[in-house]
Amino acid sequence: MSATSTDVLIVGGGGAGCSTALHLAKRGARCILLERGQIGGQASGVNYGGVRQQGRHPAELPLARRARDIWAKLPELIGTDCEFEVTGHLKLARNQAEEADLIAYLDVAKANGLPLIMIGGNVIHQQYPWLGPDVVAGSFAPDDGAANPRLLSPALARAARDAGADIRQFTPVSHLAHDGTQFVVTSGEHEFRARYLVNTAGYWGGAVARAFGEQVPVSPLSPNMLVTEPLPYFIAPNLGVVGGDVYLRQIRRGNVIFGGGRGQSDPDVPSSRPSPEASAAVMAKALQLVPQLAGAQVIRSWTGIDGEMPDQIPVIGLSRTTPDLFHAFGFSGHGFQLGPAVGAIMSELVLDRHTDVPLEPFRIDRFAADQSFNQQGQRHDASHHA
Amino acid sequence: MSILIIGAGPAGTRAAEVLVSAGLRPIVIDEAPENGGRIYQRQPAGFRRDPRTLYGFEAAKARAIHDVFDQLRPSIDFRPRTLAWNLRQGVIDTICDGKASAVPFAQTILCTGAMDRAVPLPGWTLPGVFTLGGSQIALKAQGCAIGAKVAFLGTGPLLYLVAYQYARAGAQVTAVLDTTPFAVKAAQAFGLMRGGATFAKGLYYIAWLRARGIRIAEGVTPMAIEGSDRVELVSWRDARGTNHEAAVDAVAIGFGLKPEAQLADLAGVPFDFDPVQHNWVPRKDPSGRTSVGGVFLAGDGGGIRGADLAEAAGARAAWAVLAARGLAADARAVARLDATLAAGASFRAALERAFPFPAKLAADMADETILCRCEVITAGELRAAANEALAMLSPSEVNRAKALTRVGMGRCQGRVCGAAAAEVLAAALSCPAEQVGRLRGQPPVKPIPILPAEAA
Repeated sequence: MSATSTDVLIVGGGGAGCSTALHLAKRGARCILLERGQIGGQASGVNYGGVRQQGRHPAELPLARRARDIWAKLPELIGTDCEFEVTGHLKLARNQAEEADLIAYLDVAKANGLPLIMIGGNVIHQQYPWLGPDVVAGSFAPDDGAANPRLLSPALARAARDAGADIRQFTPVSHLAHDGTQFVVTSGEHEFRARYLVNTAGYWGGAVARAFGEQVPVSPLSPNMLVTEPLPYFIAPNLGVVGGDVYLRQIRRGNVIFGGGRGQSDPDVPSSRPSPEASAAVMAKALQLVPQLAGAQVIRSWTGIDGEMPDQIPVIGLSRTTPDLFHAFGFSGHGFQLGPAVGAIMSELVLDRHTDVPLEPFRIDRFAADQSFNQQGQRHDASHHA
Repeated sequence: MSILIIGAGPAGTRAAEVLVSAGLRPIVIDEAPENGGRIYQRQPAGFRRDPRTLYGFEAAKARAIHDVFDQLRPSIDFRPRTLAWNLRQGVIDTICDGKASAVPFAQTILCTGAMDRAVPLPGWTLPGVFTLGGSQIALKAQGCAIGAKVAFLGTGPLLYLVAYQYARAGAQVTAVLDTTPFAVKAAQAFGLMRGGATFAKGLYYIAWLRARGIRIAEGVTPMAIEGSDRVELVSWRDARGTNHEAAVDAVAIGFGLKPEAQLADLAGVPFDFDPVQHNWVPRKDPSGRTSVGGVFLAGDGGGIRGADLAEAAGARAAWAVLAARGLAADARAVARLDATLAAGASFRAALERAFPFPAKLAADMADETILCRCEVITAGELRAAANEALAMLSPSEVNRAKALTRVGMGRCQGRVCGAAAAEVLAAALSCPAEQVGRLRGQPPVKPIPILPAEAA
């Protein structure tokens, strides 16, 4: 068996893994990223493309704020903006209870420096005359937007490689261990050795953690997505709703991208496919928001596999069992926006043993310590906006 | 549990006939308003042209298929105007007149037919450019020609047939431009002769066209279709390297056929690359059975073999379905069908070799040529992406190219440009076309409308 040594091994080539490789390489660390399939082949590449801070769990907002700063600088960092556009994110309420939810979130946003504008029932229909009559209010986040998810991970990987990282696609990991001195990761007939290991393996991050004795309740999540043929451009903001059962945006080419509900998946293959029942249900919900989409032709539907945590926030930080092992997975359907910042934070954890972003809420042993966390977790938007 | 036949063309009709004779009542689904498939497409209600005019030499076959189907109607559940847009474990999702329906099945026979293959060239998106098959259907089903002065450009037996049909119908056939050199076809003459009547008809069309002084050029390289608002001119280079042009108001292009196999793909049937035609063909045994339980293939959707063999394959697949349900087969009928299919296969192989897919023509497409017309992506954009991102993160394949460039991402989902895109990508990466793979099918296989809750 041949062997390759490096400083840091990264398992999983989505947005988090590729940005980790990029930030490590930029600081001169030697690293190898191992990806089973293609870069960005699962959740990072096939999600809705929301670059959204509004509605996030309060614990995620500092991370989302940092990510938003990086999104603005993507062209300098990786040579492309990944079609990132600051469209604003308009979160809609369809009844009084949902409106109360929007109002309650204003304080969370304010505490985290996230600008939000509440729009009442009369004004919202003047401002967005295409909204359906069931919409009673909205909250607008002017700094939020959307980007092309297919472009981000490959662009991060390319920049990482340009900076000296070794990116290996089609390199499935079959065995992970620590031999007392360093990590030993096996792929086929090849062994990789490194002092540090970063786990950015999405749903499969649970298996990586288990290899080091850490049990994590992560389950597969497959957001159900659809896109229409190009229509005249009229929906400027990225749309969401309280509860997250539908999300919808129109790109300037005219296609309307929308999603909601879940597809089916088998992470062991891995394979995933959209669900016709979920598609039918989300079509109806999309029409409730924008009735004039009736009859528009859907040309494609898709899904991928992400890891979902019971409390809908990821695992980020140090392993509790194994020194020099770091986790960042289980983004629960909304990791796309966070990806660029996750890499920066992981590189700081590896190289500086410290980061300014508070990671305590994301600790890996939170479920073992408090079985009732699920009930105690604060209310937040469970939508799969990535 | 139901048996579901998708497609009411020659394969679907003969499949239904066998199943009905065994006392079963299959559901037969077709996108079109009527049965017959594309090859024997029926006229709209009220049209009364003679079958001889519509189908030429094939009139008797068309009539037989239509008659059989009409007799079957009371014994089958025929659902026309119905799109089968998704296939999953034991269920096909359909939509008809704005009503969605999930139809469960124990067995399905996918008789989904074929589609024209296009090789993009400059100007191919101008109004007045049609596919060969589309041109033929306009004539057959609607009594319309695509233009008054028409050039036929491409390769394959359909090229001469449609040119002949247009000339017979009164259109001025300006030129028949075949990209396959005469020598390639002549080399297959022995194998082609096994086709008997089919081969003879092909020769007849060519002789008929020549006798009327219609220009036929073989071994041509298409250059461009030009015009300000619509087609005005077509230009090509002949086998000796001399440039030609002709004033036309329409061009029919077609480079052979490809299986419409998206449902088989969604079912999880494995595909094999056909090195002559550069088609990806769903894998099946001689009876039409696939490795996916309950999924059977017949007709051109399971590999291009033409309408006659589609009839035999449809019947044969129906017998395979009966066997899967534990019902007795008529051994003599099955043996006869197997013999027909085996005999036809060698002629078909020669025909495929006589008109190979002009892969180089696609691979050499000019940078400025629009490759993906849905998303307006040029060949140059795909090559640039191949050279940059793809090559760096090798190995590369067409689905990744689609993700990065939007090639094949539009309304047709790569059904039109996919084959040519694979050639361009493979050439840019200096690898065989087989290696860049094929665009994965995704539901819906054709567009479906956004529907309110009550319809779904």
